[in-house]
Amino acid sequence: MQENSKVPEFNSETLDLIAQIIKRYPEGRQKSALLPVLHIAQAENQGWLSPGMMDYVASLLQIEPIEVYEVASFYSMYNLKPVGKCVIEVCQTGPCWLKGAENIVAHFESRLGIKPGETTADGKFTLKTVECLAACGTAPVIQVGTEYHESLTTEKVDQLLDQWKAENKISHKNPYL
Amino acid sequence: MATKILLNNIEVPGLANFQVYRELGGYTALEKALKTLTPDELTDEVKKSGVRGRGGAGFPTGMKWGFIDKQSEKPRYLVCNFDESEPGTFKDHHLGEFNPHLLIEGMILGSYALGVKDAYIYIRGELFYVMKILDKAIQEAYANGFLGDNILGSGYSLNLYCHPGAGAYICGEETALLESLEGKRGNPRIKPPFPAIVGLYGCPTVVNNVETIAALPWIVNNGSEAYAAIGIGNSKGTKLISACGHINKPGIYEIELGLPVEEFIYSDEYCGGIINGNKLKAVVAGGSSVPILPAELILKTAAGEPRLMSYESLADGGFKTGTMLGSGGFIVMDHTTCIVKNLLTFARFYRHESCGQCSPCREGTSWMEKILMRIEGGQGTMKDIDLLVNIAKHVEGNTICPLGDAAAWPVASAILHFREEFEEHVKLQKCPF
Repeated sequence: MQENSKVPEFNSETLDLIAQIIKRYPEGRQKSALLPVLHIAQAENQGWLSPGMMDYVASLLQIEPIEVYEVASFYSMYNLKPVGKCVIEVCQTGPCWLKGAENIVAHFESRLGIKPGETTADGKFTLKTVECLAACGTAPVIQVGTEYHESLTTEKVDQLLDQWKAENKISHKNPYL
Repeated sequence: MATKILLNNIEVPGLANFQVYRELGGYTALEKALKTLTPDELTDEVKKSGVRGRGGAGFPTGMKWGFIDKQSEKPRYLVCNFDESEPGTFKDHHLGEFNPHLLIEGMILGSYALGVKDAYIYIRGELFYVMKILDKAIQEAYANGFLGDNILGSGYSLNLYCHPGAGAYICGEETALLESLEGKRGNPRIKPPFPAIVGLYGCPTVVNNVETIAALPWIVNNGSEAYAAIGIGNSKGTKLISACGHINKPGIYEIELGLPVEEFIYSDEYCGGIINGNKLKAVVAGGSSVPILPAELILKTAAGEPRLMSYESLADGGFKTGTMLGSGGFIVMDHTTCIVKNLLTFARFYRHESCGQCSPCREGTSWMEKILMRIEGGQGTMKDIDLLVNIAKHVEGNTICPLGDAAAWPVASAILHFREEFEEHVKLQKCPF
């Protein structure tokens, strides 16, 4: 299943962090660290989990690759395909819908020229719709990396997009750092 | 003003810092418990307080603790359920972000009562930034001797860790949460055995919601009687209500259970009424899973009594004319809202979040979403409405975990109370809104 020709390898700082995380669980239960480690692995791999990266995580945690694949494919925060540098996740569940989430999605679509699930041709932005982000009092809400942006309007979306374009925003950063 | 147990001091700048929390009386409950209460006495206090699980189920917390297998020689675990994902619910998010030490103090108290040496806070992955706030607060608690070995010289030792999820509503179901904490897919387990007997790593485990845990310091400081004196009937204490939708003041409110719903919606102290002076149409009172009620039934019971914010009053009338307090996710809809479209967003949510283990839920949530898309899109038939009711009936009660019920109830209740609106979509062959 190897797609990346190069076998990934974390630097010593990341490996230390992972070693610390594994220590939070009882001896022999290092598989418990899988979700935290996959968050780190995704950040270290341009925002997605390639088969090669998942195999590497399996080796780090001394578990079978299938144990990583079945988990990575279950949780919605893990991307199993390449994504843009900045992944924009727009909440679309009831409370956000009541406050105009559809307009926010439509505005992102028209500004970026892509539909949810797609990435801009220059690889800078991926647009996703997601389910409830637990910030319904400040709907509509989006998430970019670990950041929440709340009480959105189309004007705020314009401001954010201009800012992200100017700073060449990257949403996948090791969330522990 | 209502008693503030959870949101007391929440607006004090820097409350997330140890020093500020401590200066405001933080960790005094822990000092008191370690010096004056045995674990069993503390458990008794929690039982007598009448506090119930605030994640949605409302199960008495003290009783849940009482089920833990004390004969087992295996380690015991306390796990905090911070997987807050029920649409309309954002209270734990607020509490964890602004008062992390309250949750940590509660976790230490609960762990002490249950004889736990390692405890975990399982927080949904989207809230990573809140987890970092918690992690920092946990480090402060260690540095000040409130976590780690021999806490305050009591001989009691505890380690507390945060663990992030990765985007799965189902992990709010406690056995799915434990699977996830073990590094697996969030598939709920068949019960029994319950986690109190076979939980995390096969060991006796208690899983409690953030808000439940956060009430423990106040109960210890003020006594179970003081807590039980607040509220009404079997709805003791206070509850966080996260209010959203078409109201003037969305936000998180701490209410004494028993507050009239009408006061909650219209008083300036709480929601401040409906936006633009619009008419109230419907409320989903306890998170997306609970039955929707039209304005007249949320304000008054079928018997004409004022409806109260309590477990019993909201449930009055059963699923014919009542609903549930649930998680306290209070979603308000004004007269401009299309009930079918709102329901469609919920149906999509449950289809997306079904773990897929049980056929009725995996298939049923998908069918319900498709049929609702058809009706909302103007291609529905009258038979589709009955088909929805039929599918909801076949999903409810036929799954390992309550996600099936949670997906079925919104559909069944929306058609029960707003059938004419579904029919209008069919007759017009389009959405009338």
